[in-house]
Amino acid sequence: MGVRVQTQDFDTGREIALLRQDNPQVGAVAAFVGVVRDMNDGSAVAGMTLEHYAGMTEKAIAEIIEQAKARWKIFDVLVVHRIGQLKPLDQIVLVVVSSAHRGDAFAACEFVMDYLKTQAPFWKKEQTPEGARWVESRASDDIAAERWRRKG
Amino acid sequence: MVTVVYFARLREALGKPSEQLALPVDVRDLAGLRRFLMSRGGAWSDELAGGKPVRAAVNQNMAQGDTPIHDGDEVAFFPPVTGG
Repeated sequence: MGVRVQTQDFDTGREIALLRQDNPQVGAVAAFVGVVRDMNDGSAVAGMTLEHYAGMTEKAIAEIIEQAKARWKIFDVLVVHRIGQLKPLDQIVLVVVSSAHRGDAFAACEFVMDYLKTQAPFWKKEQTPEGARWVESRASDDIAAERWRRKG
Repeated sequence: MVTVVYFARLREALGKPSEQLALPVDVRDLAGLRRFLMSRGGAWSDELAGGKPVRAAVNQNMAQGDTPIHDGDEVAFFPPVTGG
Protein backbone atom coordinates (compact mmCIF):
# COMPACT_ATOMS: atom_id res chain seq x y z
CA MET A 1 0.00 0.00 0.00
CA GLY A 2 1.29 3.42 -0.79
CA VAL A 3 0.16 7.01 -0.40
CA ARG A 4 2.22 9.83 -1.87
CA VAL A 5 1.51 13.55 -1.95
CA GLN A 6 3.95 15.35 -4.23
CA THR A 7 4.47 18.36 -6.48
CA GLN A 8 6.13 16.39 -9.27
CA ASP A 9 4.33 14.50 -12.04
CA PHE A 10 3.95 10.70 -12.03
CA ASP A 11 4.45 7.96 -14.61
CA THR A 12 1.40 5.68 -14.56
CA GLY A 13 3.10 2.85 -16.46
CA ARG A 14 6.00 2.80 -14.05
CA GLU A 15 3.72 2.89 -11.00
CA ILE A 16 1.64 -0.02 -12.35
CA ALA A 17 4.79 -2.04 -13.04
CA LEU A 18 6.09 -1.40 -9.51
CA LEU A 19 2.76 -2.24 -7.88
CA ARG A 20 2.44 -5.66 -9.49
CA GLN A 21 6.08 -6.71 -9.72
CA ASP A 22 6.99 -10.02 -8.14
CA ASN A 23 3.35 -10.98 -7.53
CA PRO A 24 2.25 -13.66 -10.03
CA GLN A 25 -1.16 -13.86 -8.32
CA VAL A 26 -2.13 -10.50 -9.82
CA GLY A 27 -4.51 -10.98 -12.74
CA ALA A 28 -5.94 -7.47 -12.97
CA VAL A 29 -4.79 -3.92 -12.43
CA ALA A 30 -7.24 -1.00 -12.55
CA ALA A 31 -5.92 2.55 -12.72
CA PHE A 32 -7.66 5.93 -12.60
CA VAL A 33 -5.95 9.17 -13.60
CA GLY A 34 -7.56 12.55 -12.85
CA VAL A 35 -6.38 15.48 -14.98
CA VAL A 36 -6.86 19.27 -15.02
CA ARG A 37 -9.61 20.50 -17.39
CA ASP A 38 -9.47 23.91 -19.06
CA MET A 39 -13.09 24.66 -18.11
CA ASN A 40 -15.06 24.50 -14.85
CA ASP A 41 -18.46 25.91 -13.87
CA GLY A 42 -18.64 27.96 -17.06
CA SER A 43 -15.23 29.63 -16.75
CA ALA A 44 -11.97 29.06 -18.58
CA VAL A 45 -9.38 27.69 -16.18
CA ALA A 46 -5.81 28.84 -16.80
CA GLY A 47 -4.42 26.85 -13.90
CA MET A 48 -4.99 25.84 -10.31
CA THR A 49 -3.19 25.65 -7.00
CA LEU A 50 -3.77 22.62 -4.79
CA GLU A 51 -3.20 22.75 -1.04
CA HIS A 52 -3.65 20.01 1.55
CA TYR A 53 -3.55 19.26 5.26
CA ALA A 54 -0.20 17.50 5.59
CA GLY A 55 -0.47 14.52 7.88
CA MET A 56 -4.25 14.23 7.80
CA THR A 57 -4.20 13.69 4.03
CA GLU A 58 -1.97 10.63 4.24
CA LYS A 59 -3.92 9.29 7.21
CA ALA A 60 -7.32 9.81 5.55
CA ILE A 61 -6.24 8.09 2.33
CA ALA A 62 -4.65 5.20 4.24
CA GLU A 63 -7.97 4.68 6.05
CA ILE A 64 -9.86 4.68 2.72
CA ILE A 65 -7.45 2.05 1.38
CA GLU A 66 -7.97 -0.09 4.50
CA GLN A 67 -11.74 0.08 3.95
CA ALA A 68 -11.29 -1.00 0.33
CA LYS A 69 -9.07 -3.91 1.42
CA ALA A 70 -11.69 -5.05 3.92
CA ARG A 71 -14.39 -4.92 1.29
CA TRP A 72 -12.83 -6.43 -1.86
CA LYS A 73 -10.23 -9.09 -2.59
CA ILE A 74 -7.39 -6.86 -3.64
CA PHE A 75 -3.64 -7.15 -3.25
CA ASP A 76 -2.33 -3.63 -3.27
CA VAL A 77 -3.37 0.00 -3.70
CA LEU A 78 -1.34 3.06 -4.62
CA VAL A 79 -2.60 6.64 -4.44
CA VAL A 80 -0.47 9.52 -5.75
CA HIS A 81 -1.91 13.04 -5.44
CA ARG A 82 -0.19 16.18 -6.65
CA ILE A 83 -0.17 19.55 -4.89
CA GLY A 84 1.06 23.01 -5.87
CA GLN A 85 0.58 24.78 -9.18
CA LEU A 86 -1.01 22.77 -12.02
CA LYS A 87 -2.31 23.72 -15.46
CA PRO A 88 -4.76 22.19 -17.94
CA LEU A 89 -3.62 18.80 -19.28
CA ASP A 90 -1.57 18.13 -16.12
CA GLN A 91 -2.22 14.94 -14.17
CA ILE A 92 -3.58 15.49 -10.64
CA VAL A 93 -4.28 12.10 -9.10
CA LEU A 94 -3.51 8.42 -9.68
CA VAL A 95 -5.23 5.44 -8.08
CA VAL A 96 -3.93 1.95 -8.92
CA VAL A 97 -5.44 -1.29 -7.57
CA SER A 98 -4.18 -4.82 -8.16
CA SER A 99 -6.26 -7.97 -7.67
CA ALA A 100 -6.71 -11.47 -9.04
CA HIS A 101 -9.78 -10.52 -11.06
CA ARG A 102 -11.02 -7.33 -12.71
CA GLY A 103 -14.30 -6.97 -10.80
CA ASP A 104 -12.60 -6.33 -7.47
CA ALA A 105 -9.98 -4.05 -9.05
CA PHE A 106 -12.54 -1.88 -10.86
CA ALA A 107 -14.85 -1.58 -7.84
CA ALA A 108 -12.08 -0.84 -5.33
CA CYS A 109 -10.49 1.74 -7.64
CA GLU A 110 -13.78 3.62 -8.02
CA PHE A 111 -14.49 3.37 -4.27
CA VAL A 112 -11.08 4.81 -3.34
CA MET A 113 -11.53 7.68 -5.79
CA ASP A 114 -15.10 8.46 -4.65
CA TYR A 115 -14.05 8.51 -1.00
CA LEU A 116 -10.91 10.53 -1.70
CA LYS A 117 -13.08 13.22 -3.32
CA THR A 118 -15.13 13.67 -0.13
CA GLN A 119 -12.73 12.69 2.69
CA ALA A 120 -9.16 13.61 1.77
CA PRO A 121 -8.28 17.18 2.80
CA PHE A 122 -7.24 18.79 -0.49
CA TRP A 123 -8.49 22.14 -1.79
CA LYS A 124 -8.26 23.61 -5.29
CA LYS A 125 -8.02 27.28 -6.14
CA GLU A 126 -8.58 28.01 -9.83
CA GLN A 127 -7.22 30.89 -11.85
CA THR A 128 -9.91 32.15 -14.26
CA PRO A 129 -10.35 35.32 -16.39
CA GLU A 130 -12.63 36.63 -13.56
CA GLY A 131 -9.88 36.09 -10.98
CA ALA A 132 -8.83 33.33 -8.62
CA ARG A 133 -11.58 31.36 -6.87
CA TRP A 134 -11.77 28.42 -4.47
CA VAL A 135 -13.47 25.44 -6.08
CA GLU A 136 -16.69 24.53 -4.27
CA SER A 137 -17.52 20.95 -3.41
CA ARG A 138 -20.11 19.21 -5.57
CA ALA A 139 -23.23 17.47 -4.30
CA SER A 140 -22.59 14.82 -6.98
CA ASP A 141 -19.36 13.86 -5.20
CA ASP A 142 -21.22 13.30 -1.92
CA ILE A 143 -23.80 11.22 -3.77
CA ALA A 144 -21.07 9.13 -5.41
CA ALA A 145 -19.51 8.36 -2.01
CA GLU A 146 -22.90 7.76 -0.34
CA ARG A 147 -23.80 5.16 -2.99
CA TRP A 148 -21.08 2.83 -1.59
CA ARG A 149 -22.61 3.04 1.90
CA ARG A 150 -26.00 2.03 0.53
CA LYS A 151 -24.44 -0.98 -1.20
CA GLY A 152 -23.48 -2.08 2.34
CA MET B 1 -3.24 25.07 24.85
CA VAL B 2 -4.76 23.85 21.62
CA THR B 3 -3.40 24.32 18.12
CA VAL B 4 -5.99 25.55 15.64
CA VAL B 5 -5.22 25.38 11.92
CA TYR B 6 -7.13 26.88 9.00
CA PHE B 7 -7.11 25.92 5.34
CA ALA B 8 -8.08 27.28 1.93
CA ARG B 9 -10.87 29.89 2.02
CA LEU B 10 -10.77 30.10 5.83
CA ARG B 11 -7.00 30.56 5.98
CA GLU B 12 -7.23 33.49 3.56
CA ALA B 13 -10.29 35.11 5.14
CA LEU B 14 -9.00 34.75 8.72
CA GLY B 15 -5.53 35.93 7.76
CA LYS B 16 -3.56 33.16 9.47
CA PRO B 17 -2.70 29.52 8.83
CA SER B 18 -2.66 28.54 12.51
CA GLU B 19 -2.63 29.75 16.09
CA GLN B 20 -2.10 28.47 19.60
CA LEU B 21 -4.74 29.35 22.12
CA ALA B 22 -5.53 28.63 25.72
CA LEU B 23 -8.73 26.63 25.82
CA PRO B 24 -11.46 28.71 27.50
CA VAL B 25 -12.82 26.86 30.54
CA ASP B 26 -16.34 26.62 29.09
CA VAL B 27 -15.20 25.09 25.79
CA ARG B 28 -15.60 21.32 25.88
CA ASP B 29 -16.34 20.38 22.29
CA LEU B 30 -15.87 21.46 18.70
CA ALA B 31 -19.11 23.45 18.63
CA GLY B 32 -17.98 25.33 21.74
CA LEU B 33 -14.62 26.21 20.20
CA ARG B 34 -16.36 27.36 17.03
CA ARG B 35 -18.65 29.65 19.05
CA PHE B 36 -15.64 31.05 20.90
CA LEU B 37 -13.86 31.86 17.61
CA MET B 38 -17.05 33.38 16.14
CA SER B 39 -17.25 35.73 19.12
CA ARG B 40 -14.17 37.52 17.76
CA GLY B 41 -16.53 39.05 15.17
CA GLY B 42 -15.68 40.28 11.68
CA ALA B 43 -14.30 37.61 9.36
CA TRP B 44 -14.46 35.07 12.21
CA SER B 45 -18.18 35.46 12.46
CA ASP B 46 -18.62 35.62 8.66
CA GLU B 47 -16.71 32.41 8.08
CA LEU B 48 -17.87 30.33 11.03
CA ALA B 49 -21.48 31.38 11.71
CA GLY B 50 -22.86 28.76 9.33
CA GLY B 51 -23.68 30.81 6.24
CA LYS B 52 -20.70 29.26 4.48
CA PRO B 53 -19.92 25.56 4.52
CA VAL B 54 -17.31 24.62 7.13
CA ARG B 55 -15.86 21.23 8.03
CA ALA B 56 -13.56 20.41 10.92
CA ALA B 57 -11.10 17.83 12.16
CA VAL B 58 -9.80 17.05 15.63
CA ASN B 59 -6.34 15.45 15.77
CA GLN B 60 -6.58 14.92 12.01
CA ASN B 61 -9.85 12.98 12.08
CA MET B 62 -13.03 14.42 10.60
CA ALA B 63 -15.11 15.72 13.52
CA GLN B 64 -18.62 16.87 14.42
CA GLY B 65 -19.93 19.58 16.74
CA ASP B 66 -20.11 17.20 19.70
CA THR B 67 -16.53 15.93 19.26
CA PRO B 68 -14.73 16.63 22.59
CA ILE B 69 -11.78 19.03 22.66
CA HIS B 70 -8.96 18.58 25.15
CA ASP B 71 -5.81 20.43 26.02
CA GLY B 72 -3.08 19.55 23.52
CA ASP B 73 -5.47 18.77 20.65
CA GLU B 74 -4.97 19.93 17.10
CA VAL B 75 -8.20 21.32 15.67
CA ALA B 76 -8.65 22.24 12.00
CA PHE B 77 -11.36 24.28 10.28
CA PHE B 78 -11.70 24.20 6.48
CA PRO B 79 -14.21 24.24 3.61
CA PRO B 80 -15.57 20.97 2.18
CA VAL B 81 -12.69 19.20 0.43
CA THR B 82 -12.18 19.48 -3.34
CA GLY B 83 -9.30 17.19 -4.25
CA GLY B 84 -9.05 14.48 -6.87
